[in-house]
Amino acid sequence: AMEGGPSARIREGDCAVLKRDEVFKAVSVLRRRKIIFEKQWFYLDNAIGHIYGTTFEVTSGGNLQPKQEVEETTTETKEAGTDNRNIVDDGKSQKLTHDDIKALKDKGIKGQEIVQQLIENSTTFRDKTEFAQDKYIKKKKKKYEAVITIVKPSTRILSTMYYAREPGKINHLRYDTLAQMLTLGNIHAGNKMIVMETCSGLVLGAVMERMGGYGSIIQMYPGGGPVRAATSCFGFPKPFFDNLHEFPLSKVQSLLSGTFTTETLPADPEENALVEEESSGLTEEKQTSLQETEEEPTPEAAMEINPTEEQDTMDINAEDAEFKENKEKENKENVREKQIKQWERRKKLLEAAALLREKNADGLIVASKFHPTPLLLALLEFVAPSRPFVVYCQYKEPLLDCYTKLRERGGVINLKLSETWLRNYQVLPDRSHPKLTMSGGGGYLLSGITVVLDKGKSDSSNSEALKMEEPSSKRCRLQDLPC
Amino acid sequence: MSFVEYGDTIKDGDTAIVFLGHESMFPVKVQHGTVTQTKYGVIRHSTDLIGKKYGSKVTCSKGGWVFILHPTPELWTMNLPHRTQILYSTDISIITMMLELKPGSIVCESGTGSGSLSHALIRTVAPTGHLYTVEFHQQRAEKAREEFREHGVEHLVTVTNQDVCKNGFGVSNIADAVFLDIPSPWEAIGHAKSALKAEGGRICSFSPCIEQVQRTCLAMEEYGFTEINTLEILLRVYNVRTISLQIPDLGKEVEDNSSTGFDSSNPSHQGSPCANLQQGTVQFKSGVPLREVVGHTGYLTFATKS
Repeated sequence: AMEGGPSARIREGDCAVLKRDEVFKAVSVLRRRKIIFEKQWFYLDNAIGHIYGTTFEVTSGGNLQPKQEVEETTTETKEAGTDNRNIVDDGKSQKLTHDDIKALKDKGIKGQEIVQQLIENSTTFRDKTEFAQDKYIKKKKKKYEAVITIVKPSTRILSTMYYAREPGKINHLRYDTLAQMLTLGNIHAGNKMIVMETCSGLVLGAVMERMGGYGSIIQMYPGGGPVRAATSCFGFPKPFFDNLHEFPLSKVQSLLSGTFTTETLPADPEENALVEEESSGLTEEKQTSLQETEEEPTPEAAMEINPTEEQDTMDINAEDAEFKENKEKENKENVREKQIKQWERRKKLLEAAALLREKNADGLIVASKFHPTPLLLALLEFVAPSRPFVVYCQYKEPLLDCYTKLRERGGVINLKLSETWLRNYQVLPDRSHPKLTMSGGGGYLLSGITVVLDKGKSDSSNSEALKMEEPSSKRCRLQDLPC
Repeated sequence: MSFVEYGDTIKDGDTAIVFLGHESMFPVKVQHGTVTQTKYGVIRHSTDLIGKKYGSKVTCSKGGWVFILHPTPELWTMNLPHRTQILYSTDISIITMMLELKPGSIVCESGTGSGSLSHALIRTVAPTGHLYTVEFHQQRAEKAREEFREHGVEHLVTVTNQDVCKNGFGVSNIADAVFLDIPSPWEAIGHAKSALKAEGGRICSFSPCIEQVQRTCLAMEEYGFTEINTLEILLRVYNVRTISLQIPDLGKEVEDNSSTGFDSSNPSHQGSPCANLQQGTVQFKSGVPLREVVGHTGYLTFATKS
């Protein structure tokens, strides 16, 4: 259901995104699971089987019902005023009270009808200008005609959602900045990519989407394991993950210096009794990771994470010999299981290390909370020459430092420090204007292209650096003149 | 090499990018026996290019050197021969993401123009997708076909020479996305709708003038498109510079020992670590905006087919 062809249908177990106007929320499609979204409570059961993109209404029972296409009543020339000079806002123009409206809602009256009632009971409506009436109707519809669209997750949807709902989780990476990274990095099918991000796996997911399952990705991670909460929202088919590797940052230095060994692995997060939100380990935990995006974590989910925890808290009656024997068998099995898992982890680690050692990656993407300079200087070593790299930072200054250090290092050209300025527009006849500016706050990018590094020749890298710099502008020189 | 697949070494027939220095580069068709003139001297393809690794430094006859880069749609956009005004990577990036393009996507585009966006789209939908691009100018359509052939991507694109407003894209009910960059996009909305798959297809229209945008939004509404949204995106580039600012001479204190602010004559003064006490300047690194920046390219309107 990933490629084109017949439209994808909503299935149980999917990660779907609820949309109402500009508000998004990612949820797990599960039966009899109560969802809260935009002040409404409902179950998703009735949505299963429908095509993604379908718009639903919430019935009084908390069920979803596809919205019927309603014929818009032909606009006869309605009564309208010319301006608001005589309209006084005393809060008394609406004759229906809160209780009246509630009564209508309780009766099961549809939102459309409620809006109609509000219009009829407004003393000032017919004095408003046509534009003001339009705006009034839109506002009431938004409040009372609660329709929800269920959309299929994509980079577009998820990056917009995360930026609006949880920007802190993605280092305030605005979606247009992410879009630039994917293009500047020439992310496409067949690449061998190195990705280092602390954006809940959103950037990883975006890269995976653009690679379509072709090629390979090595995700570098801090701490015990990569966080892929957002990645699971994309709903990629299993094969996409076959060529997704991970490698701990803590082993990078040893890999670069040739002293890498698998003897001391990063702490296994599964052994931790406490489940930190940040550590999701290397196991597939689709359901639990989605909890991050929902407002209320469910108790069942918390229990799924730690199968070993159950064991630790089991107090066994030692006097029951048979029970004890069975328990010993169980323990042995568990130990064996753990050993197999460890062996698998070690094997994967060696595979990732081997891939990195080839030093022929087709690109590098960095978007993390860490200072970018040490990351870039280390990870660029694994990238082939004539390949793009892009670093995101929430702040400009660390990228100034990064730029400077890269110039000193050499082996990079076309360095560019940039940010994008995004503006949304309202387009209506005679009423078109920008909506709101989002300039600033989108983060900054430093991008460049690798070239063959002339190591040990400081002279050539200096002359290289000089060649790469734009001749300093007149403005700068003036500042050096004595006063 | 091709524009959709990286190669390691330069081969005969490749299109490579010669990089001379800051924002100075040009494309070159690699061919046995050919030479290319640069301000640093001559590059002999047979000896200097073919067989060398992409990203290598090549010394030219006069002694100066250049880097030879693997082509990418982004580098191509910066260096292609213009036959029309083109779209740059900033707009291309947001278009790609908002149209939800990925490997396997089927995209329709009109007009092809100089092929800047086309190359980027082909790269994104490869290896299993396809670009149907329509151009009403015969020579431009032919030039585009030629370039796609040279760049090794002809199997991923179909160029049709016709007027999209009259005859559409030549396909129906299969496109995941449609892109319009034409003078009267509202006249092509109907054709766009029929080219798009039944449900969930995305459309984008690029227009420099707000009047065009207004007509296009109206047409989109009439044809039942939803989620209609107009935006514009601009790039702000910063030059990284070390700046020295002079400390002003505010005169000396008469007797008072307490110092305020920058006092270049007091050796124990902590002050800024960058302060150069002898010369009376403060140095710092800054991201300096460019003097002239692009203020407008066009408005981008996106919508979904329901």
